Amino acid sequence: MATRIPLPLILLTVAVYIFLVGPLIIILGAAVSDTTYLTFPPQGFTLHWFQRIFEIGAFRRTIVTSLQLACLATALALVIGIPAAYALNRYRIQLPTWLSTVFVLPILVPEIVLGFSLLKSVAVGASLPIFPTLLIGHTLLVLPYAVRVISASLASFDFSIEEAAISLGSPPSRTFFTIVLPNVRSGVIAAFILAFITSINDVSTSLFLTGPGISTLPIQILAHVEQFFDPVIASVSVLLMLLTVAVMAIVERTLGLTFLTK
Amino acid sequence: MTQPLSVRNVTAHYGTTKVLEDLSLDVAEGELVSLLGASGCGKTTTLRLIAGFLEPTSGTITLGGRDLTRLPAYKRDIGLVFQNYALFPHLTVLENVAFGLKQRGIAGPEREKRARAMLERVGLAPLADRLPGALSGGQKQRVALARALVIEPPLLMFDEPLSNLDAKLRIDMRVEIRQLQRANRTTAVYVTHDQEEAFSISDRVAIMNAGRIMQFDTPETLYQRPANSFVARFVGFENLIPMKVVARDGANVTAETAGGARLAMSGERFGEIPDGFIFASRADGLRVVPGTGEGIPATTGLRTYLGRAYQYQCDTAAGPIVANGALSEPLEPGSTATLVPVPDQCCVLKAE
Repeated sequence: MATRIPLPLILLTVAVYIFLVGPLIIILGAAVSDTTYLTFPPQGFTLHWFQRIFEIGAFRRTIVTSLQLACLATALALVIGIPAAYALNRYRIQLPTWLSTVFVLPILVPEIVLGFSLLKSVAVGASLPIFPTLLIGHTLLVLPYAVRVISASLASFDFSIEEAAISLGSPPSRTFFTIVLPNVRSGVIAAFILAFITSINDVSTSLFLTGPGISTLPIQILAHVEQFFDPVIASVSVLLMLLTVAVMAIVERTLGLTFLTK
Repeated sequence: MTQPLSVRNVTAHYGTTKVLEDLSLDVAEGELVSLLGASGCGKTTTLRLIAGFLEPTSGTITLGGRDLTRLPAYKRDIGLVFQNYALFPHLTVLENVAFGLKQRGIAGPEREKRARAMLERVGLAPLADRLPGALSGGQKQRVALARALVIEPPLLMFDEPLSNLDAKLRIDMRVEIRQLQRANRTTAVYVTHDQEEAFSISDRVAIMNAGRIMQFDTPETLYQRPANSFVARFVGFENLIPMKVVARDGANVTAETAGGARLAMSGERFGEIPDGFIFASRADGLRVVPGTGEGIPATTGLRTYLGRAYQYQCDTAAGPIVANGALSEPLEPGSTATLVPVPDQCCVLKAE
């Protein structure tokens, strides 16, 4: 028996979808508009503005920086976050409760405050070069996501499985890689995606830490918008979106996205 | 392959809380010993100490003369079966069973041959390529058993292995566990809170309470001759009646309850009887006889039907007592009766 869906519910659903997808369509339209200014609906069709991104040296450089930064910060966050999440869950009873809160703090602290304090302490205080400073900032920014997501995965992991492996002769370090890690794989991948996307889209923290010669893509977009109002902004936004979609698509291809909703 | 286990004077702490107090336990070669007790009595702690997941504060653990006390868990060669099975969810049944062999560096084909043979023995050969998620509880526990047995461990340990199974399966599985353990003559330690399970499966049972072993003996001895009132209560002696000896005639004595009821007790049956002692009996150990006579005077209360007898909640000068009476003469609540001891169903415990 088919259930009748009430009309208001259908309308509401459609409205929500328009609200979610609308801005994306507008950006997409503006990016292909054959005008020298941002406009919607697009007038004419051109891919010129996508080509233009790569003609502007600042965009080329910042795309590379952003990708490097996102990859390295995510990798660092996983290297720190996986053992941290493991320890927090494995020794939950012995550890004080505030310890796990410490790892969430960077989420609670406004990003702009994080950026400013890093500027004061790392960039100015320790006078570190810009890229390492950015890397520290982004690692701190994404670490809480890594720890939280992997923790959630480990929370449902039965540690007696680990003990079973050890009792069968597998040393604890090997057990971690052959037994624990494969069982929290979905959490690690989810953490990777969240961290990567958070890093590549970050403005607030990066704003303080970028400097002469080195910037990230979102900061460059911001700088560009302050001076120009051409469709390059729209096309570069589409590019950023495509990058995010590409990451999701790779994951979907290899794993399926169902684990995100698990 | 099988070896005797010896736990000597082991004390253990969780933080500052003492959880085991000077515990000693010897398990002979090929013997199955159960650790029985309520939760928090230290039975699982003992198992984890032997397995190497906890370190004792003091004392030693040896297996076949090999000192395990400071040896890391993965070098101990002990087969473990867990309550929640603890199968590797990402490996097939066959890979689960082969895991321990792989750690021992046994080559692929030989490994698979042995794992398959073990699965055959537990009747799971057709499920070799399934993932654990696709198995029933009983099948999972068989895989866990196969995984622990295939490494031919000198010691096999079970941590409440059947408590997640339903009643019927529990009985089948415990027979199966006992048969496999007997066939391999593997020394085994079995942790459970279920008295029937422990008594039915074990050569000897250690009854534990508050981090100590209260009595360590065969099930028969524990059931019929508990050594103290804790064990007596644990194995179902409902009536623990404090008594005092008032007269001695050689080894035989006359003893008196708090209410002044007198019982004649044979030294031949009860051995040496101290001046103050506890007379322990199950409901079956005191027969309810109508009217007055030799024994403990009582007034019957609630009567329940047990099939083989009637059970009465009796009121006596020594306190409430549970006793059974013949089916041929049911007594109404409030009847005057006498409780007559059945000597081989009763025992004498030291006063505490």
